[in-house]
Amino acid sequence: MLGRLTIEAIPLYSWVAMGGAAVTVGGGIAVFLLITYLRAWKVLWTDWLTSLDHKKIGIMYVVLALVMLVRGFIDALMMRAQQAIALNNEGYLPPEHFEQIFSSHGTIMIFFVAMPFLTGLINIIVPQQIGARDVAFPFLNSVSLFLTAAGAGLVLISLAIGKFSTAGWTGYPPYSGIDYNPGVGVDYWLWALIVSGVGSTASGINFIVTIVKNRCPGMTYMRMPMFTWTTLCISILIAFAFPALTVVAAQLALDRTLGFHFFTNGDGGNMMLFANLLWIWGHPEVYILILPAFGIFSEVVATFSRKRLFGYKSLVYATACIAILSFTVWLHHFFTMGSSANVNAVFGIATMIIAVPTGVKIFDWMFTMYRGRIEFHPSMVFTIGFMVTFVIGGVTGVLLALPPADYLMHNSTFLVAHFHNMLIPGALFGYFAGLNYWFPKAFGFKLDAKWGIRSFWFWIIGFYLAFMPLYVLGFMGMSRRMEHYADPNWQPYLIVAALGAVCVLLGIVCIAIQLYVSAKNWGSARDLTGDPWNGRTLEWATASPAAPYNFAIVPTVRDIDAFHDMKLGGTAYQPAAAYEDIVMPKSSGLGPVLGALSFALGFAMVWYIWWLAALAFVLALVCVGIRACDDESEFIIPAAEVARIEGAHLGQITSADMHDMRDFQPVGPASGAPLPGRA
Amino acid sequence: MSETALNSELLEHEEKKSLESREFGFWVYLMTDAVIFALLFASYVVLSKNSAAGPTSRDLFDLGHTAGETALLLLSSLTFGLATIAMTSDQAGRVVQWLFVTLILGLGFLAMEMLEFHGMIAQGAGPGTSGFLSAFFTLVGTHGLHVAFGAIGICVVIGQVLVKGLTLPVRSRLVRLGLFWHFLDIVWIGIFSVVYLPGVM
Ligand code: HEM
Ligand SMILES: [Cu+2]
Repeated sequence: MLGRLTIEAIPLYSWVAMGGAAVTVGGGIAVFLLITYLRAWKVLWTDWLTSLDHKKIGIMYVVLALVMLVRGFIDALMMRAQQAIALNNEGYLPPEHFEQIFSSHGTIMIFFVAMPFLTGLINIIVPQQIGARDVAFPFLNSVSLFLTAAGAGLVLISLAIGKFSTAGWTGYPPYSGIDYNPGVGVDYWLWALIVSGVGSTASGINFIVTIVKNRCPGMTYMRMPMFTWTTLCISILIAFAFPALTVVAAQLALDRTLGFHFFTNGDGGNMMLFANLLWIWGHPEVYILILPAFGIFSEVVATFSRKRLFGYKSLVYATACIAILSFTVWLHHFFTMGSSANVNAVFGIATMIIAVPTGVKIFDWMFTMYRGRIEFHPSMVFTIGFMVTFVIGGVTGVLLALPPADYLMHNSTFLVAHFHNMLIPGALFGYFAGLNYWFPKAFGFKLDAKWGIRSFWFWIIGFYLAFMPLYVLGFMGMSRRMEHYADPNWQPYLIVAALGAVCVLLGIVCIAIQLYVSAKNWGSARDLTGDPWNGRTLEWATASPAAPYNFAIVPTVRDIDAFHDMKLGGTAYQPAAAYEDIVMPKSSGLGPVLGALSFALGFAMVWYIWWLAALAFVLALVCVGIRACDDESEFIIPAAEVARIEGAHLGQITSADMHDMRDFQPVGPASGAPLPGRA
Repeated sequence: MSETALNSELLEHEEKKSLESREFGFWVYLMTDAVIFALLFASYVVLSKNSAAGPTSRDLFDLGHTAGETALLLLSSLTFGLATIAMTSDQAGRVVQWLFVTLILGLGFLAMEMLEFHGMIAQGAGPGTSGFLSAFFTLVGTHGLHVAFGAIGICVVIGQVLVKGLTLPVRSRLVRLGLFWHFLDIVWIGIFSVVYLPGVM
């Protein structure tokens, strides 16, 4: 009846694991009670979970990412604490538990922090940046969100019921095969990846079509804002790369569940096939995480330097180059596999070449700042911190791209330092910049800048403290994923790294305080114009938060900095002579239902509860069938209602709220020339 | 014009736009599916000689049987095309007839495939036997699964044509389903020439 699910699944084997389970379950119950106490279930269901509004879906993605960031970071803190004390002793974590922690940390940070964070920001902003009223497929968008949430749910529940994988976030066979890993851990990992991976693929398709089909008149490809460009590139990457993840995860699942021999030691399996397939997805994946952050930095740096983005075209081409090259380098993750020297050389050189377009970008951002009037808004500070720190990570990456050097550094903490050095500034800082920059667009009030700056300093100092020692440790011969060690020379560095993690913890606390303080004082930080930073791109032309339809009148664009151009030309904030009826998608509860069903399907497959898996699958098919027969999925917002909403918005804008555009007047449309000072 | 008439005109206009996006989106989806098949092909090529102690492709494949499957599937692509042509001349009855024929041919293909799989498993050549057979069953099985979903899709569209007639959304679904069905044909040709033909040579 319940497959291999028995009472033994409760983690009584260690008090730390029990504690983790208690916190997870307790947290779930607390949220449940809080919503019940606030009588918010109905609002939550009708206004949020069933909503097909891309802005609300985006907010839910970001909330998911922030919650999972806390979980993933607790894992990191536990590992740092363990390694700080585990010199010649077992520390406080048994080996099997430590292995689960690094596996879940990596999996969570990549799939359930970075992916939902960037998808959320894209959802909130990209339709507004291209002057669209919605994404191409609003319902599919909701399904994607809940598939991602279902995957996150599988990782979370593995803490309380059963165990998580011990095979690392990459899950290499044969160790992850059924012979060496008979428990449920690897299955949890696999099904979390499969379920959320399908959701990501759907998002990728959705945003390709949205950007290709839904741009407003005048917005040619070469007038799209950089964030939209990076979104287009990563959507294409997702569409090409994520199927590889689905394939490799399905193959390993078949090996484990039905006794296939794709990757087994004997019987004709080939485990290097796994490494190849995984990294054919995996390397593009790191650019999927980083490129949107590059887009955010591009927007932020132009806005807060009060200048046009320098080298827009070169940024576009560099982004496209990186996207294409990202498919040509996957083998650098296993130079030590023993390919011939020539093969390794080709992939090594290809890897180094990626540094060129990336360098172009760094210079473009620096030239944008050059002689600009820089404002140290938190998002700008994160951008500057990124530029300095990311270059260090890039240099160590070029070093690792040399196969002979990689033979020495492979799987050492040098590598761990390298990829955190790329992902924390290159992805996370970008998302934090985006959070600070676009928060008012989503909620209608600004985030507290003081706490934003504080969070930045704790994050960046914490980062350097936590990861620079790991470069040194790598040279000293420490390999990654060590539960305890015997070399006393390592310990001081590991203690510093632990302090760094504590510092990052304070950074996360500052973000929490920032959210709390801003929400408390929201009345005094309201954004009435919809354009709090004197922004340049089209998302600032809508109200904050934007009306369900974003634009009452679909705008026409003449310039890369479309909204800046409108403000200069005096066409911003003008009421229309007449408004029209607007067609919008109706809410649908099928998204959350499909998410719940895929969670049930994943859970059932992990525990071999075949009847439940079959039931969930059939019900999911029925849901899709119902949706496929529904031809009345849209409704109309009448023109009178649109006029009322627009009138209320425009009525609250006084000329005092508008930005002084006089400084910008003398600048010709395409010049990057310095701005004259205020007269 | 009355308000509801205006509204339905607006809705129809929006619908047209959204159906256009759907068609483009469907092409993109097919591309992701093509990547899945490409990697399953690659896995098969890597593993096709790894028959361990089990039977090899030469012991197992029967080109005659495969030719039968191929004939059924190619013919079904033709009949689907005829259904699409009937749609363009607004003959709902014809559309249903041709879709029905397509469905039968598709189910015939699936039956033959099942027979083949069953026979292989019965002689001890199941997917758990060797890397070669794992890759074979996964590639061919994934294609078969797609055909099965396509068959379900044909049933749904037949139902929609009967209930709703050839409305705009129904036509669009029919066209997209057609793309899917022809795509599976192309994949099958790949399977025939990468799996079965070299397998018996
Ligand atoms: C915020 C501060 C962070 C700290 C203190 C931290 C700490 C750690 C530690 C201690 C490990 C294990 C190293 C080892 O194997 O010896 C690790 C692994 C890893 N981390 Fe982080 N991390 C942080 C953030 C992130 C972020 C933001 C990401 C991705 C977006 C990330 C992705 C990974 C991955 C993929 C692994 C490899 C897991 C494995 O070995 O399978 N981490 N991290
Ligand atoms: Cu890589």
